[in-house]
Amino acid sequence: MIVQAICFYLFAAVAVASGVMVISARNPVHSVLFLILAFFNAAGLFVLLGAEFLAMILVVVYVGAVAVLFMFVVMMLDINFIELRRGAMQYLPVGAIVGMVLLVELVLIFGAWAFGPEAGQSLAAPLPHPSVTNTTALGDLLYTKYIYAFQVAGVILLVAMIGAIVLTLRTREGVRRQNISAQVGRRRSDTLEVVKVRSGQGVETS
Amino acid sequence: MAVLAVFLPLVGAFIAGFCGRWIGDRGAQIVTCVCLGVAAICGAIVFYDVAFLGHDQTQILFTWIDAGDLKVDWALKLDTLSAVMVAMVTLVSFLVHVYSIGYMAGDPSVPRFMAYLSLFTFFMLMLVTAENFVQMFFGWEGVGLASYLLVGFWYDRPTANSAAIKAFVVNRIGDFGFALGIFAVYTLFGSLHFDQVFAAAPGMAGKPFAFLGMNVDALTLTCVLLFIGAMGKSAQLGLHTWLPDAMEGPTPVSALIHAATMVTAGVFMLARLSPMFEHAPIALDVVVVIGGTTAIFAASVGMAQNDIKKVIAYSTCSQLGYMFFAAGVSAYSAAMFHLITHAFFKALLFLAAGSVIHALSGEQDMRKMGGIWRLIPVTYVLVWIGSLAIAGIPPFAGFFSKDVILEASWAAGTQVGQYAFFLGCFAAFLTAFYSWRLLFLTFHGKPRADHETMHHVHESPQVMLIPLYVLAAGAILAGALGYHWFVGEGSAGFWRNSIVVLPDHPAMAGAEHVPEWVSLLPLAAGIAGIAMAWYAYIRRPSIPGETARSFEALYLFLLNKWYFDEIYDFLIVRPMFWLARVLWKQGDGTVIDGLGPDGLAASTIDLSVWTSRLQTGFVYHYAFAMLIGVVVFVTWYLFRG
Amino acid sequence: MIIGLGHYLTVAAILLTLGIFGIFLNRRNVIVILMSIELMLLAVNINFVAFSAFLGDLVGQVFAMFVLTVAAAEAAIGLAILVVYFRNRGSIAVADINLMKG
Repeated sequence: MIVQAICFYLFAAVAVASGVMVISARNPVHSVLFLILAFFNAAGLFVLLGAEFLAMILVVVYVGAVAVLFMFVVMMLDINFIELRRGAMQYLPVGAIVGMVLLVELVLIFGAWAFGPEAGQSLAAPLPHPSVTNTTALGDLLYTKYIYAFQVAGVILLVAMIGAIVLTLRTREGVRRQNISAQVGRRRSDTLEVVKVRSGQGVETS
Repeated sequence: MAVLAVFLPLVGAFIAGFCGRWIGDRGAQIVTCVCLGVAAICGAIVFYDVAFLGHDQTQILFTWIDAGDLKVDWALKLDTLSAVMVAMVTLVSFLVHVYSIGYMAGDPSVPRFMAYLSLFTFFMLMLVTAENFVQMFFGWEGVGLASYLLVGFWYDRPTANSAAIKAFVVNRIGDFGFALGIFAVYTLFGSLHFDQVFAAAPGMAGKPFAFLGMNVDALTLTCVLLFIGAMGKSAQLGLHTWLPDAMEGPTPVSALIHAATMVTAGVFMLARLSPMFEHAPIALDVVVVIGGTTAIFAASVGMAQNDIKKVIAYSTCSQLGYMFFAAGVSAYSAAMFHLITHAFFKALLFLAAGSVIHALSGEQDMRKMGGIWRLIPVTYVLVWIGSLAIAGIPPFAGFFSKDVILEASWAAGTQVGQYAFFLGCFAAFLTAFYSWRLLFLTFHGKPRADHETMHHVHESPQVMLIPLYVLAAGAILAGALGYHWFVGEGSAGFWRNSIVVLPDHPAMAGAEHVPEWVSLLPLAAGIAGIAMAWYAYIRRPSIPGETARSFEALYLFLLNKWYFDEIYDFLIVRPMFWLARVLWKQGDGTVIDGLGPDGLAASTIDLSVWTSRLQTGFVYHYAFAMLIGVVVFVTWYLFRG
Repeated sequence: MIIGLGHYLTVAAILLTLGIFGIFLNRRNVIVILMSIELMLLAVNINFVAFSAFLGDLVGQVFAMFVLTVAAAEAAIGLAILVVYFRNRGSIAVADINLMKG
């Protein structure tokens, strides 16, 4: 138990610390790196909770794809890191107060609240026998009961991909490309012209 | 027949008014004159039928108002009183229409003029044939409207416009009193039909009525209010200021409206309501006092005026005062008699004055006239006839009617009657004086007009003179002919129920039996006035100027109409304008507009500008707003429990 | 000491608040905003999984996976927009993005 507690506090502390660094680092590359660190620690928390599939997915998708994407963009845009403007600090007190209020309220709720007695009866997907791994259990659930949502998620990803391409695609001037349909649809009359030439005369290009 | 007499002028007015552009000047003149001519013939037939043959009748046309307890019909009440008026109004109106053909020839809006004249005649006929108070008020207001339209006929003259507005507004003040009187009648009697009200009037005598916290006699209050209406319409002292300025209108208008018909509506009303007034002796006394004072006031002012039409206007005002104090001493028949004779000779005087003005190419100031009696002899004779009639010289019409009035006021035996008698005699002296002053200044002496004008002096065309001949015949004969029927032996059988005189008002009955000197005093006063005028203007023409200089204050007082206009301007007009301006600028502008439309619009703009500042364009501001929303929700749920 | 549900939820709450701060406290560039959004989504995921573990209900993890999916899609689109914006405006300073100002 004690190991679990130590691990929890470790992961939690590092996650929070890197969260702070994400929003306050000057160099955006540093921000992205700290975000990656936060993700890793969250994955650790998930493992502690027994959701190892989700933890790995977090690492693969979030860190491997999303964070790397962030890194791509940060590097591509070649951002000059701008100094934190002094005048911007005027919002800090108000924002800090509001945020603190929110945090305090949330914590209050968590402390004072408990599950109701009937919570155990209305489970949508009760845990299966412990011999089934988390991954198998999730798979059993996902492809049967939630297949529709799964497909929709796929469509969302498809739309996102198309959307990203549509937004950023630009045709450059002067780049030669093939237009297959034009090529295939070319007719003999467009290319060939039979001309009667008298000897000694040339061919006039008309 | 009566319906034709009343409504034909309306038809003429419509045709001339709306189709004037197509039928042209000539067409409009012919249509209106023909309509009026037929109406005059019908009026004469009705007069003969009703007054002499005794066929009193009430013709109901249709129901107008039928709301709860209030039922009012359009009806023509034909008794002697209304028949007399119908005959006189249609005849004089017809003559004025014919005269206008000549006088207004060449004016750019002849059809409009003829239409307005006919319209006025219709309203006047409605007034005199009214069978109930509302219909009378309709006619009352209508003649006021027609007066406004006609006085301001030449609307491109600012003086004409202001005179028209003045006429209408002063009339309105009187009409307010009239309206209050009608309300009082309805409250007291529960009906507005003359027959029902008159039948109930004796029962109402002496009843108290709570008004403004005081207990007053109901009938007196009602009659006084109604009399205020008559004061406005007939230009009695206090509400008289509009009459001289109404001379801005064309002369035929002055002759028709401000001599013969509209201004006499007040006298007619008094005679018509005699059943009510007889039971309100205090109201009658008020009438006498005001009438007598008006007579002397107008005569005194008329002495000092220089505009020929204004002199005649004040003369009208003065003669109306006579009629009123006659009615006030319950000598209604004498008042009506004088009304009829006055219609003839006053219309004659006005139209003749119009002839003079026409002859002198538009000159109206008597100081610039003179020396034309040989050049326009017919007009000269006509003015002599009219003046003799008004001065009360026998056998002209005015002698009979004026004398009877003064005899009646003496015979009334009351203090106010005596007051009126002496004032009336003095006014007779002044009347003769200013009438001959007018005649001498206009026609005699050395010509004071410039050479060009004198060269153009010419007699008026026949179309203008023939109506004058008819009126002159009336001025000569109406008195002698009408005496027997109107005020003499046959008057009881003539008037029958249309005029009611209580036995304890002995004015008319006693008028036959007054002492000799009472009958002769007015005549003597008149002759003295003529003599004085001859002396001052022919024999020693320097006297008027010297007198004016010696008594300069008195002269100016008279010349400026006893400063009534100035007093009214200071006391009433300016404060009203100030109040209106304050209500407009501060009341309407600042308060109502500020709180209402303008204020709402301005605050809407302010609000939306302020709200649009939320759209900063910065995404994180929006996110911050969302965060605040989240916090609010969480807090609310937390503490809602 | 037993690590209860409340501990996990507190961690998630702190991460959420940090993400919120990141959105409106930064003045530097838009990328930080996108990263803050990712932080918030991470906090939500932690919440889901914690509940799932303590309730014994797998559906929380299923949903967390969907959240992951959508977060990835959204990050992709967001970055695409950012790139196009940078092409047009040349800078991604947050303070300059106010063309929609009302």
